[in-house]
Amino acid sequence: MQLTNRSKQVSNKEMTLAEKMYLPAIAQGLAITIKHFFQKKPTIQYPEVKRYLGPIFRGHHVLKRDEEGRERCTACGLCSLACPAEAISMVAAERKKGEENLYREEKYAAVYEINMLRCIFCGLCEEACPKQAVYLRHDRFVPVFTERDQVIYGKDRLVEQLDDRYVRTGSEVRATPTEPTLSRSAT
Amino acid sequence: MNTVLDISNKNIPGSDVPAQSEGPIQYVNELTTLNLGPTHPATHGIFQNILQMDGEKIVSAEQTVGYIHRAFEKIAERRPFYQITTLTDRMNYCSSPINNMGWLMTVEKLLGITVPKRAQYIRVIMMELARIADHLICNGILGVDTGAFTGFLYLFQERENIYEIYEEVCGARLTTNMGRIGGMERDLSPEAIRKIRAFIKRFPAVMQEFEKMFNRNRIFMDRVVDVGPISAERALSYGFTGPNLRAAGVDYDVRVMNPYSSYEDFEFDIPVGKSGDTYDRFMVRNEEIWQSLRIIEQAIENLPEGSYYADAPEYYLPPKQEVYKNMEALIYHFKIIMGEIDAPAGEVYHAVEGGNGELGFYLISDGGRAPYRLHFRRPCFIYYQAFPEMCKGTTLSDAIVIMSSLNVIAGELDA
Repeated sequence: MQLTNRSKQVSNKEMTLAEKMYLPAIAQGLAITIKHFFQKKPTIQYPEVKRYLGPIFRGHHVLKRDEEGRERCTACGLCSLACPAEAISMVAAERKKGEENLYREEKYAAVYEINMLRCIFCGLCEEACPKQAVYLRHDRFVPVFTERDQVIYGKDRLVEQLDDRYVRTGSEVRATPTEPTLSRSAT
Repeated sequence: MNTVLDISNKNIPGSDVPAQSEGPIQYVNELTTLNLGPTHPATHGIFQNILQMDGEKIVSAEQTVGYIHRAFEKIAERRPFYQITTLTDRMNYCSSPINNMGWLMTVEKLLGITVPKRAQYIRVIMMELARIADHLICNGILGVDTGAFTGFLYLFQERENIYEIYEEVCGARLTTNMGRIGGMERDLSPEAIRKIRAFIKRFPAVMQEFEKMFNRNRIFMDRVVDVGPISAERALSYGFTGPNLRAAGVDYDVRVMNPYSSYEDFEFDIPVGKSGDTYDRFMVRNEEIWQSLRIIEQAIENLPEGSYYADAPEYYLPPKQEVYKNMEALIYHFKIIMGEIDAPAGEVYHAVEGGNGELGFYLISDGGRAPYRLHFRRPCFIYYQAFPEMCKGTTLSDAIVIMSSLNVIAGELDA
């Protein structure tokens, strides 16, 4: 049935005499396989060598601190509203006197939990956050867990450590010196 | 047909007890019930087929669907529009960007947003990359099912490169959540463009090697030619679309018949087959990969300058820097995220040419924050209905090949 003038017949089931013989097909297949023996292996030895993931990769969540080390999150709840999987929950608290060096605003998240079994890593929380507090790290995965009590990540595992600040850099970042050829160029 | 087996007769074939009756052994004509699935490595997903086998021949097949039904249509009724993109990721997970874009275009149709040319071209590039990835998997798996594992592995390296492009564009590999209502979430980075260009350059050699291995290979052709044919008439009455219908000889393609997202700007052919058998489906997919590559080449060469998102402040999130300085942007930011902006009432249908066929979104809005009703027209569900007819009279090993050439994907089948 012809509906347009752009159709193109691609199927030809008639075999020529050369194609009817089994042996050339086997030899051809073997030749291709043998050719691949001598080509460069695309395999990455994963735990030792880590492939670079682009600067916008959506990995492990992090609750940012500002330049002075104060938590940025004000427990406004936008991230948990934006979460399609309903993975985020939080409890807000008021900042007391003397805690100004801990929390940036008068309100902060006393409890901030992400259920990693629910999280789908869509990145909508990062987009929703009006305080630039929640980020999905591009350089770290959420590790595999084996116990049910490991899946809910509280503030202890989400807030960034002062000696391990997360900076989302531009295209110049490189994760490992031994990155494979197909990955990011040196520019 | 269904003779009752009498054990005391001792006429069971293959039994060591010699037949007591005179004359040749009477073989009992009994049907065997075989459960193919729900978890079976050869079905590539969770579907059950209850096959009635007469020896090696399939007499009848009965399918069960719903093993990974996740009620997406129901969940969508309680979600703001921008969150439903994450549900569409999980339908045809081999080509999630097509699903994302199809859904976003549906919403844009309802809201009346015109997307700028640059965003449309970026979407075309991502959709065609997704189509290539989808067809690579389908044809590679068909090779695996016919006993050729090698081609599959060589192709998977290219699929990996496509996924690396996704990583540069949206930040994820499989569940992409790509694009936003009104455009894309970010512009194509220079690195993404470099990777796309590198892919265009590198991919033809790999594809040619794959085609050299399969297309005219006698061993492969013996296995797939005239296996599971379906006539154009039967295919149309089942509601086939996409590569499986084109294999039957009907050159129906949503991208040509009903262009969306600037597909009218691009030159490409519609490959068609002859009799709709497995070989035709394989060849049509192979040729579609080449056509998709042609479209990507044209799109990346003619990528227009300009904005990558539409001027629709009520639906497209303002940049973060604006949110801090501009009161209006702050209000819109909160309103969009909280789903406070009501969509106009109405109903729209939008279809895109998915990896498998016409992927349609039928959306009814009653003027609220979420759809009143959303229906996905999932091509896999339709193909799967034709499976019993196509595999009747064939052998079990052919049924596996037919199934993988139909490219039924469990996530899309059940949604």
